[in-house]
Amino acid sequence: MKKLLIWLPLVLFLAFIGLFASGLFKPDDRIIRSRLVGQPLPAFTLPAAASDRPALASAQLATGKPRLLNVFASWCVPCAAEAPQLMALKQAGVEIDAIAIRDARSDVDAFLKRNGNPYARIGLDARSAVQMALGSSGVPETFVIDGKGRIAYQHIGDIRADDVPMILDRLKEAQ
Amino acid sequence: MIAETGLAALWLAAALALLQLVLAFAGLKGGKPDLLDAVRPAAVAQGVLTAIAFAALITLFMRSDMSVLLVVTNSHSMKPWLYKFAGTWGNHEGSMLLWVTVMGVAGAAVALFERALQRNAHMATLGGQAAISLGFYAFLLFSSNPFARIDPAPADGQGLNPLLQDPGLAFHPPTLYLGYVGLSVAFSFAIGALLTRQVDAAFARAMRPWVLGAWVLLTLGITAGSYWAYYELGWGGWWFWDPVENASLMPWLAATALLHSVTVLATRDALRAWTVMLAVVAFSMSMVGTFLVRSGILTSVHAFAVDPTRGSFILGLLALYIGGALALFGWRIGSVREGAPFELVSRETVLVVNNLLLTVILGLVLIGTLYPLMTEAFGHKVSVGAPYFDRIAGPIALALMVAMAAGPSLRWRKDQAKLVGRRLLIPLCIALLVSISLSLFAWGRIGILPFLGLVVAVAVGAASLAPLWKRKLLRTPLFTYGMVVAHLGCAVSLAGMACDSAFTVEKLVAARPGDTIKTAGWSIRFRQITPIAGDNWTALQADMDASRGGSSVLIRPQSRFFASPPTSTSEAALLTRWDGQLYVVLGEEVEGGRWQLRIWWKPFVTLIWLGGIMIALGGALALIGRERRGWLLKWRAREALA
Repeated sequence: MKKLLIWLPLVLFLAFIGLFASGLFKPDDRIIRSRLVGQPLPAFTLPAAASDRPALASAQLATGKPRLLNVFASWCVPCAAEAPQLMALKQAGVEIDAIAIRDARSDVDAFLKRNGNPYARIGLDARSAVQMALGSSGVPETFVIDGKGRIAYQHIGDIRADDVPMILDRLKEAQ
Repeated sequence: MIAETGLAALWLAAALALLQLVLAFAGLKGGKPDLLDAVRPAAVAQGVLTAIAFAALITLFMRSDMSVLLVVTNSHSMKPWLYKFAGTWGNHEGSMLLWVTVMGVAGAAVALFERALQRNAHMATLGGQAAISLGFYAFLLFSSNPFARIDPAPADGQGLNPLLQDPGLAFHPPTLYLGYVGLSVAFSFAIGALLTRQVDAAFARAMRPWVLGAWVLLTLGITAGSYWAYYELGWGGWWFWDPVENASLMPWLAATALLHSVTVLATRDALRAWTVMLAVVAFSMSMVGTFLVRSGILTSVHAFAVDPTRGSFILGLLALYIGGALALFGWRIGSVREGAPFELVSRETVLVVNNLLLTVILGLVLIGTLYPLMTEAFGHKVSVGAPYFDRIAGPIALALMVAMAAGPSLRWRKDQAKLVGRRLLIPLCIALLVSISLSLFAWGRIGILPFLGLVVAVAVGAASLAPLWKRKLLRTPLFTYGMVVAHLGCAVSLAGMACDSAFTVEKLVAARPGDTIKTAGWSIRFRQITPIAGDNWTALQADMDASRGGSSVLIRPQSRFFASPPTSTSEAALLTRWDGQLYVVLGEEVEGGRWQLRIWWKPFVTLIWLGGIMIALGGALALIGRERRGWLLKWRAREALA
């Protein structure tokens, strides 16, 4: 018994080291999965964020056809890098709506002039309130919305060129 | 040139640490005892060199030398001097350099001033200290060089995280690090004692001041950190059970148990295995804490983002040191003689209970902190929050407080249960009175834990004064006063926590300028919202008049926005009164020109930190008392010889 007690700390410690090593050497996705996947979108109504696009409300996203909802900001560098991929998706016939986070209309206009405008509607979320309700923690993020207005998939970070086929597949699945 | 000097000093110090280790080993094991003469000078030189390296880094930060990568990424030429100075350790590399500096200087102090130990145990301790330092030198030099240059040098730096620009926070890390490293000295003492098989009272006396000093600093550091989180993060709480907070709490729990064990070993020659084990655990927890915070393995508010190579380096160090120490413990402790015996009813038994309870709390906090990591290994992401910790640690902490009340009123070695009962009669009566009166006026309105907390706090407060009962107050030794003040501090702190969770009044309102909000006897007139601009932020400030019957006081909560990266922080307005604090946070603007306001009235919440300061003060008194007594005895002996 006493022998056991004396060596117990070492055994526990080695188990602990093993645990840590496994945590450290595993490629870690620091992504919190949205609990909202499969859930209907939270209800929101946002004012227009750009001068030549209409405003956005959650009710307009249940159109019977899957679509994308892109969360972006004019001050966000990866969002500019993502713009060509969104344009490609638009060319493929995908309808994309957007929410601009903590932004000003003039900045959004300039951003769209610089990087192209793939969006049908853009809502302005001045205080990130809708972003929080969506379970999104940063920009850019993209949600696949199915025809009934439910979230089918959440893509964290910018959509890279090699993500485009995957996004198209997700949209097909959400039919 | 300054950066290169610093780097050279660091390499030299590392070389000396290696030399120190080899000399100690060869002297003790290789049968060349005259080599031991060189160990102390090596330790002193090592301390001086680390101090030179750290001074070099401070100079680079103060001069905003933008050819040094670390300065570029963590400082800015326009920053106030205090933050330039504190920016030296407000980052990964700098804080690690601070760590080895404190370690080197502490090693030099052990070499110069330690007189209680036998020569062999002393040398083994210095060898152990060198072995620990070596790993951290390697870590600095091979994976996080603080003196790396950047070419070409940019025009200016990138500044410091706005949340960290706070005078209280500037001195928070050094305080904790001094505590951690003080525990490293205790760890080295334990290794030295195991190697030379001299686990005895002399070893405990040598170790005690280091443990006490480290414990005082940890107590202060945790108290200050808790208050910072309370006023800076604006959510009205004082402890979040965040991994970083736990990282500082766990060494403190181990150090608290160690402090009591080392006292028993020094005065009664009991609890030998406990003392050695706790010394190993306390420093292990400091290293695990540092690892948790620095590796970014557990994401948290203030862990710096780091790459996994550093994490694996620290993991290797942990495996080597802690694994080695535990193996040495298992291998050697069997041959250490049992200490002095004691009966079941005795002060030693209560101290063993104290150790057990503290160890259990430590284990539960450790499990709660690591649990997300374990589940992640099986593919689930969870986070463990306050409800788990409160429910688990709360009851055990209360039991611990009861043991704390009983302990000092028991005799060493052997006591009679009947007499103990009689001595504890007064606190028991007080507990009964408090529970009856609390039941009458707040039954059903407060939870069971806060209720018990208040009862225990008052009773323990009374019991902790018992050691001064019927004693000549001027003849009572200083360390007894230290114990009384620290135990009373625990009761004060507990009372604050219990009052905060039992009686806090919270009010959430959406108010327009011109409205008056009434809550908990206060009436708060919301005058207007004023925009203000700071140096790297803009803010909206609410001007309010708070009054409680008498004249009104202007309070100004703000919500601040920083442009890069876009973050918003809230600056709560705190109004401190003798019986509590009014805590007001300005939230967002909602529909129709109304603003969200969160208002708390927190009765006696300040007792939490007052208690913390008392605990630290008690430790300081005990330290001074013990040390002064040692000096006096030596001085008298010398006088007698003369």
